[in-house]
Amino acid sequence: MSRHLNYREALREALREALTVDPRVFLMGEDVGRYGGTYAVTKGLLDEFGPERVRDTPLSELGFTGAGIGAALGGLRPVVEVMTVNFSLLALDQIVNTAALYHYMSGGQFSVPLVIRMATGAGRQVGAQHSHSFEGWYAGLPGIKVLAPATIEDARHMLAPALADPDPVLIFEHTVLYNLEGELADDCTVDICSAKVRRPGGDASIITYGGSLQKSLQAAEILAGEGISAEVVDLRVLRPLDDATIMASVAKCRRAVVVDEGWRSVSIAAEVMARIVEQVFYELDAPVSRVCTEEVPMPYARHMEDAALPQAGKIVAAVKGLFA
Amino acid sequence: MSIDHPAPPPPSGPVPYDKPLALALLADMLRIRRLEEKAAELYGAGKIRGFLHLYIGEEAVGVGVLHALQPEDNIVATYREHAHALVRGMDMGVLMAEMFGKREGCARGRGGSMHLFDRTTRLFGGNAIVGGGLPLAVGLALAAKMSSEGSLPQGNLLSGAVGGAVKQRITACFFGDGAVAEGAFHEAMNLAALWQLPVLFCCENNLYAMGTALERYESQTDLCVKAASYNMPARSVDGMDVVAVHRAAEDAAAEVRSGAGPLFLELRTYRFRAHSMFDAELYREKAEIDEWKSCGPIHTYSGRLKAEGKLTEEEFLALDAAAGAEVARAVDFAEAGTWEPVADLLKDVHTAVGAAP
Ligand SMILES: Cc1ncc(C[n+]2csc(CCOP(=O)(O)OP(=O)(O)O)c2C)c(N)n1
Ligand SMILES: [Mg+2]
Repeated sequence: MSRHLNYREALREALREALTVDPRVFLMGEDVGRYGGTYAVTKGLLDEFGPERVRDTPLSELGFTGAGIGAALGGLRPVVEVMTVNFSLLALDQIVNTAALYHYMSGGQFSVPLVIRMATGAGRQVGAQHSHSFEGWYAGLPGIKVLAPATIEDARHMLAPALADPDPVLIFEHTVLYNLEGELADDCTVDICSAKVRRPGGDASIITYGGSLQKSLQAAEILAGEGISAEVVDLRVLRPLDDATIMASVAKCRRAVVVDEGWRSVSIAAEVMARIVEQVFYELDAPVSRVCTEEVPMPYARHMEDAALPQAGKIVAAVKGLFA
Repeated sequence: MSIDHPAPPPPSGPVPYDKPLALALLADMLRIRRLEEKAAELYGAGKIRGFLHLYIGEEAVGVGVLHALQPEDNIVATYREHAHALVRGMDMGVLMAEMFGKREGCARGRGGSMHLFDRTTRLFGGNAIVGGGLPLAVGLALAAKMSSEGSLPQGNLLSGAVGGAVKQRITACFFGDGAVAEGAFHEAMNLAALWQLPVLFCCENNLYAMGTALERYESQTDLCVKAASYNMPARSVDGMDVVAVHRAAEDAAAEVRSGAGPLFLELRTYRFRAHSMFDAELYREKAEIDEWKSCGPIHTYSGRLKAEGKLTEEEFLALDAAAGAEVARAVDFAEAGTWEPVADLLKDVHTAVGAAP
């Protein structure tokens, strides 16, 4: 059995479930309560669970993220929402200098079971200060896990294992996905350690995540019409990367394109390519290629924003380029 | 020559304690002093490396506040935290071993002098980001408040019931005057006051942030005014007087524990030594240091105890000798310690599967 719902509703169900089953769980962030969440993810939860557990905060990203770390150390299971990844830079110190390293630095004495959710990505013409994809920066940090749910299933089911994890987990929700609709099977379970093949194929691997998954699937469809069978791999977990799934796909297809909405320099794409070269270089029939965001601050005008971002057409061209 | 930061008059007046408590305060100040004098020496000998920040001169602050707290309370401290770890109950040998970088240290040698952690005494670091501990303290207090008011499961070490009965756990957060200029201070003060959280903010105002004096970096040098602007009670205390600190902290802790919300204590003190071991002290006059030394917390306090007949010279010498012997044992323990095998380098980046956080 399955049912139809959207990504936002799936996230909300996951939060509602977490609040219901575990009294230690509470939500905290700017406008998560009365306003209903910037992207309406937490809408209705204040009425259901009250202001102690759906906690509106001042505009203090550093303060409330740090308070989330403290509450986690104190035995609670906070889910902190940061409006967008851009604003998370104001909380960077607490994430990088405290959450990520407390377990190690304390010689294993303290763990920080904290979940931080935030919106990321471009595509809605909200300009350069609201559109960037910094998840790749976070994915470079030892001590945390980084998730990028790109499907209804992951939106619904990644939160529970993230909360069960004893260490900090960051969840990046691409803003164009909130209205994504789909079917959710009643009996599905997900993990937070593996990449998944979203469309099997045999001629080329398209390795992607988050907001670029739909574009990659479109590209695979177009390529199929032209006789190229592309396999689409959804990374899902940006740290730690699931090398086994990536390498199995690349070794099978012998050609690979990495699609990443981050800027290309020092990106997730760069990391995945480096690992492919390290691990399956001799399986390759062509150099690894990538499609990333152009290295500009995100422009506002629609056509310019489109031009800056990875698109299905660019992915198709990159895959074809591997057969040139 | 005039002094930039004149010292207050030396602490005086009666010591309103029975002999055991009166001597316990003195003993702890001596333990810190002797430990840190030895640490400085061992730094010179290359046994301790990295950054080493001494608390010498400020002992009355940590001792006075920590003696006013309960074992179930949370402590958040800075990189200048040997005193806090020691007075809270960390074994001096374990502390010394951590400074040596030995596996027998509290953090297995991964933290060092600035990152002392102790789960059993609820010391949550040892934070070397100026202001970094303040938001953490707010969160710990939030957890304590929600646990004591709500229906949270009790029993695990970090969230557990306090002595069975519902009693409020408070979080004491130590930070320097320099932290007051950071955004983290203001965000944390606002959150704690807005949510009426049980945090005791303890500002160790030694008048300098490294080499920059308070009036050279703050437009408002009355730190209590800043705290008061967040609608929380704020008191300034003579941090050279262990009695004044202890009494102020007892009152403050009781108020915070009663649910009255957070409270700010400014503990006015002075560091007798350099900021760290890499400081040529170009920014202050020796005369200023000497003037503050004349109201040093240990000799003024022991002088008062003697004047009241609560302490004899023999007793003083015995306490001092005991502190010295403890330091010697701690050094032996650290020396005999072992190095964590390099094979364990990657251990504990993440919590081991199955471990209870
Ligand atoms: C965010 C940050 N900025 C700068 C430093 C470097 N630093 C270490 S201690 C210190 C001075 C802090 O002074 P204060 O808060 O008064 O504490 P004190 O050392 O006097 O105890 C500075 C600037 C730091 N550790 N963290
Ligand atoms: Mg200072």
